[in-house]
Amino acid sequence: MAAMTPAQREAHWRKTTRLMWTLMVLWFVFSFGVHIFAVQLNNIVIAGFPLGFYFAAQGSLIAFVVLCFWNASAQNKIDEEFGVAED
Amino acid sequence: MAQATTRTGFIANLGKIYGGYTGGFIFFVILLAIAEQMGVPNKIIGYAFVFLTIGVYAYIGILSRTSELSEYYVAGRVVPPVFNGMATGADWMSAASFISMAGGLYLAGYGGLGYVLGWTGGYVLVAVLLAPYLRKFGQFTVPDFLGVRYEGNTARVCGVIVLFSASFTYIVAQTFGIGIITSRFLGIPFEVAIFVGLLGILVCSMLGGMRAVTWTQVAQYIILIIAYLTPVVWLSTTLYGFPIPELTYGQALNEIAELEKKLGIVKPHVAAYVDAKGQFSWVEFHNFWALVLCLMVGTASLPHILMRYFTTPNVRDARKSVAWSIFFIFLLYFTAPAYAAFAKREVYRDVIGQQISSLPAWVQNWSQVGGLLTIKDGNSDGILQLSEFVINQDIIVLSMPEIAGLPYVVSGLVAAGGLAAALSTADGLLLAIANALSHDIYFKMIDPKASTVRRLVVARALLVIVAIMGAAIAGTRPAGIIQMVAWAFSLAAAGLFAPLVLGIWWKRTTSMGAIIGMMSGFGVCLYYLIATRYFDMPLWFGIRNISSALFGMPVAFIVTWAVSLMTTPPSKEMQDFVDSIRTPKGDLAWVRGSQHE
Repeated sequence: MAAMTPAQREAHWRKTTRLMWTLMVLWFVFSFGVHIFAVQLNNIVIAGFPLGFYFAAQGSLIAFVVLCFWNASAQNKIDEEFGVAED
Repeated sequence: MAQATTRTGFIANLGKIYGGYTGGFIFFVILLAIAEQMGVPNKIIGYAFVFLTIGVYAYIGILSRTSELSEYYVAGRVVPPVFNGMATGADWMSAASFISMAGGLYLAGYGGLGYVLGWTGGYVLVAVLLAPYLRKFGQFTVPDFLGVRYEGNTARVCGVIVLFSASFTYIVAQTFGIGIITSRFLGIPFEVAIFVGLLGILVCSMLGGMRAVTWTQVAQYIILIIAYLTPVVWLSTTLYGFPIPELTYGQALNEIAELEKKLGIVKPHVAAYVDAKGQFSWVEFHNFWALVLCLMVGTASLPHILMRYFTTPNVRDARKSVAWSIFFIFLLYFTAPAYAAFAKREVYRDVIGQQISSLPAWVQNWSQVGGLLTIKDGNSDGILQLSEFVINQDIIVLSMPEIAGLPYVVSGLVAAGGLAAALSTADGLLLAIANALSHDIYFKMIDPKASTVRRLVVARALLVIVAIMGAAIAGTRPAGIIQMVAWAFSLAAAGLFAPLVLGIWWKRTTSMGAIIGMMSGFGVCLYYLIATRYFDMPLWFGIRNISSALFGMPVAFIVTWAVSLMTTPPSKEMQDFVDSIRTPKGDLAWVRGSQHE
């Protein structure tokens, strides 16, 4: 097993969990939060795209890709901080 | 020894190898384009595309043959993140995504975007909640994890039952799609086409298992993305002078809005949560988010997708691989609405309200080919009204090359892309099913002393048997393919998401809790599906059965939570095991007596 003291293990998992919740909240916003207001957002039109439609068709998708890359790098940083990233 | 060096050499040169492959494919397309100009008949071009691409996949399949267990089950765990991402992209994007989705968006407008959201957002769940931890667990299948975390074969079997229900439903839908594409482009009867497709599926997977399937899927992704992007990039350049359709289709949306006013169409393409009359509807609103939820959670529960992250070298690469997966998937999904917009603009501008005798060429061609497009002058006025124009959603992608004024070779390319998408998904699903049956049922439960040779024979035999079963049922032309796919997602979500996520994130989850929880959730979901589909049970809260997991999933979570609290907490050993799963570095702290490789 990786040599972490119980306190370190707890700290690592706490940071991991906090990152998880941050990402989950953002996921929720782009999956559901934004689209609740789709009707209202559709009144704003940018470059031909009604904003409500745009978020469901493209905007949220971009957010999802960003979230996944962010997760990979942020979680890896946490792992390295506690010395448990793989070589 | 020599084999090992060739294999490492392969990994080190992946960029060059697939770069060369892409170049070769483009060259092949250009050759066929020239052939078409020289008068080679379309049928021959169609055959060339289908047989040459299947030939390449078979070739890769043969090159990847193996007699090593870890290569057969998890591709030797050597697949780098970017390539694993491409393979997952192909695995994910089936005939439904490639051919039907743009058409679904054309017909439903905003309402169809539930599928676009649902089939992308789930990857965030995979990346954050599951993939890294399953990779650390590192065995061969998802029921493997359930069997170890929940201490025994009951959990394992439950996992296999859910896996089989979801994946088999899905594979029937895929095989059907393969049959349709193959029969259309080869001009052979559907029933024969299904078995041609079956052979196509098997040549990729039999000899090399996951190893063959992975590398074939990378090749298939390259073909499918080139095929999908070419017609719309061309059309965007022709119409708006800019080759990025995902940006220019905003202008098409603008034009559509004006045409809708002019033609008196009451249901605008971009309006959110509206019914057929264009009025806001709470039923539409609720079904939208319910579908999005079920598809996203289903994404994170489908074993053939979760399995794709067992093939990366380590935990860090597993996370990166999910990110690359969603990126490659995004490339297709954010293009689909552009297809729908361009097609609708074309139809509203140049088809509806025009003289029936002088419709555009693509409409005339497709209205002659069996059933996808029908024109009926109901009121005999010689002019085509919207209600007289009936279009099957599959046509949108298939006819886009003609709408864009491109030669037939591009239509052949699109067919090859659709076939690549369908074959890759079918292979991934088939492998998930056969691997679970051979590894979890046969090896772990029936004959734990079986030799490597015997295990591989059983695995391959099961591949063939399941494939034939799938083809046989697909041959009966079951109705509602997109529906079947959505059911697969709900079944997986209701049965697997709770035990997987809680198993990793909540140490207090007990075996009894997980087992009873997952079967309750799965049971409720299955009940809703069957009762509403076959016994006319009225919908609960107006939620359509493509979102059955809306009811099953909460049940799974609540029951797992409640029963876990009522049963003895997991042992210190098990808690240490979970701790070791959460730590990328270091060995796993196996519980004494748990079965693992």
